[in-house]
Amino acid sequence: MTSLTTGLKGRSELGVALLLGAAGVLVFLDANGLVTPYSKSDPVGPKTVPFIVAGMLEVCAVLLALNVLRGGKGEAEGGEDVDLAHPADWKTILPLAGAFILNILLIDWAGWVISGTILFWGSVLALGSRHYVRDGLISVALSLLTFYGFYLGLGIALPAGLLEGIL
Amino acid sequence: MDVWSSLMDGFATALTPMNFMYAVIGVILGTAVGVLPGLGPAMTVALLLPVTYALEPTSAFIMFAGIYYGGMYGGSTTSILLNTPGESSSVVTAIEGNKMAKAGRAAQALATAAIGSFVAGTIGTALLAVCAPIVVKFAVSLGAPSYFAIMVLALLAVTAVLGSSRLRGFASLGLGLAIGLVGMDSVTGQRRLTFGQPLLADGLDIVVVAVAIFAVGEALWVAAYLRRTPLHAIPVGQPWMGKFDWKRSWMPWLRGTAFGFPFGALPAGGAEIPTFLSYVTEKRLSKHPEEFGKGAIEGVAGPEAANNAAAAGTLTPMLALGLPTNATAAVMLAAFTSYGIQPGPQLFTSQGPLVWALIASLFIGNFLLLIINLPLAPMWAKLLQLPRPYLYAGILFFATLGAYSVNLQAFDLVILLVLGALGFMMRRFGLPVLPLILGVILGPRIEGQLRKTLQLSAGDPAGLLGEPIAVGIYVIIGLILLWPFAYKLFRRSRPVAAPAGGAAPLATEAGDAVHSNHNAVYTNHKERP
Repeated sequence: MTSLTTGLKGRSELGVALLLGAAGVLVFLDANGLVTPYSKSDPVGPKTVPFIVAGMLEVCAVLLALNVLRGGKGEAEGGEDVDLAHPADWKTILPLAGAFILNILLIDWAGWVISGTILFWGSVLALGSRHYVRDGLISVALSLLTFYGFYLGLGIALPAGLLEGIL
Repeated sequence: MDVWSSLMDGFATALTPMNFMYAVIGVILGTAVGVLPGLGPAMTVALLLPVTYALEPTSAFIMFAGIYYGGMYGGSTTSILLNTPGESSSVVTAIEGNKMAKAGRAAQALATAAIGSFVAGTIGTALLAVCAPIVVKFAVSLGAPSYFAIMVLALLAVTAVLGSSRLRGFASLGLGLAIGLVGMDSVTGQRRLTFGQPLLADGLDIVVVAVAIFAVGEALWVAAYLRRTPLHAIPVGQPWMGKFDWKRSWMPWLRGTAFGFPFGALPAGGAEIPTFLSYVTEKRLSKHPEEFGKGAIEGVAGPEAANNAAAAGTLTPMLALGLPTNATAAVMLAAFTSYGIQPGPQLFTSQGPLVWALIASLFIGNFLLLIINLPLAPMWAKLLQLPRPYLYAGILFFATLGAYSVNLQAFDLVILLVLGALGFMMRRFGLPVLPLILGVILGPRIEGQLRKTLQLSAGDPAGLLGEPIAVGIYVIIGLILLWPFAYKLFRRSRPVAAPAGGAAPLATEAGDAVHSNHNAVYTNHKERP
């Protein structure tokens, strides 16, 4: 057991192999469930390509698992603002995802101006800004600006939601 | 209709006051967004797609042309002033460009990059205008078997040739093809991978997928590893060049263009290889080789020209065959389809005026870039100082807005988040994103050609080899796939030659600075959005 856990430590990349494998199974099962009579005008049918894709995913999953167990490693991507020296900062990611989900839940009901404000404000705070009031004002301004910009400039009516009638 | 008169008609369309204004807006928006760290040309185009929805196709594509070149140019400004390039194609520019900037020659570095981009972009676009119709003439004679083979070649070449880990490339391609399967099967109307969810029946909107993988994935990824002390951007004044700089720049511009265009036009082109080749060539030919590594202007002029010429080259297969070979072209192709325009060799006949207006506006956009960006460079440099929380919150905000405005349904935002998480994971574990995007876009079209081919041959698989071109392409595919194995065998049988094999001599030649960067290009294979 201990040897297994030490063997798995630092091998989070095996999760990628697992994901590929699961995706492959999903594609296979879904295609297998299709019922199609043989048709002369479409000898390939809707199943063939999903089967090929599923097979490809499975092969990649197995090879990737082997590669990782042998010590292979995918290289994390760098960038201008990326500092890979410190570990992943989940205290930033989770609130960020929270703000995003809140926006999804609110957008149709409360409208874009409110949900967009929450999205931007929440994200800025999650990313470490501490100018609460200034950030709030910028968020409201951005949401209002995009709302009217899309409506007047592009003819796209974003949902007004709770503020229907006011905007 | 010959090229010249078609092109003149294109100019006539593109130069109407309204369309000209869209070109100006496109160039400014493209540069502004492209300059922002973390935002490459493909993400720029994906994020700005919704802005063009209200426009008619011609105006929209004129704006795209501006955004495309603007985003490219913006990226090089970032790499010169910040040193950590946003796109793999700017890696080489950053080597000498940032050294020049540090030595107080930022103005000259930006000037040679801007003028070089203009020269290369203009020649590249001219070559595009000449080559594309020739490719089309050849392409209309091809049938489904050849198209199937060409698309498979493009997918495999991008996956197998670029990038360090082919395995991870293929994993990414498989995920992309699976995403492309979602929705109603075009032939039988069967629903695939929709899980009974009616909103999935039409398939995943490609704009949503692109924005999720590029913008949301990138924002989440950067947020997790945000540099606590942002990099110092070098302030810059008005770019200008002295007589001596001109003398040292013009040949590298032309040579860079010669490297860039053909590589861009190949199915597995990309700008990394030509920019690198251009750098090595300039170093070898330079009268001041001692300056390389300390800020040689040739090392900026050549690669930057190669980069822009490759960008023009990429448009050749995109417009003539409907075949995208880099992320930006893939997103532009998605835009074509969202306007109901079928990409492919028929494009030049069915949408002739639009295509020629697009090519004409590439010329115009290129020219605008030069006259707008030289005076505005100090302002662009200020954009680099934008506090990072605002930048990445802004990316999420506009990504959400863009994805939502496509269909106005919150469900798309759920997909945006899920695929954004996938994009995060891919960056974490070194899966390249380009094969995924190409898989999503080309997957359904490959399937269509496959079914058409076998329909014509009444189910006989030999139909796949029904055209000589197709057979030739399968030979090339075989070579690409078998090459690493053959190479390994060769090395094993001749162990003495092993250390000097492959690209090693080139890399040693280019010096240590490039060597490490060169490796970075090939190991990361990050066609940054």
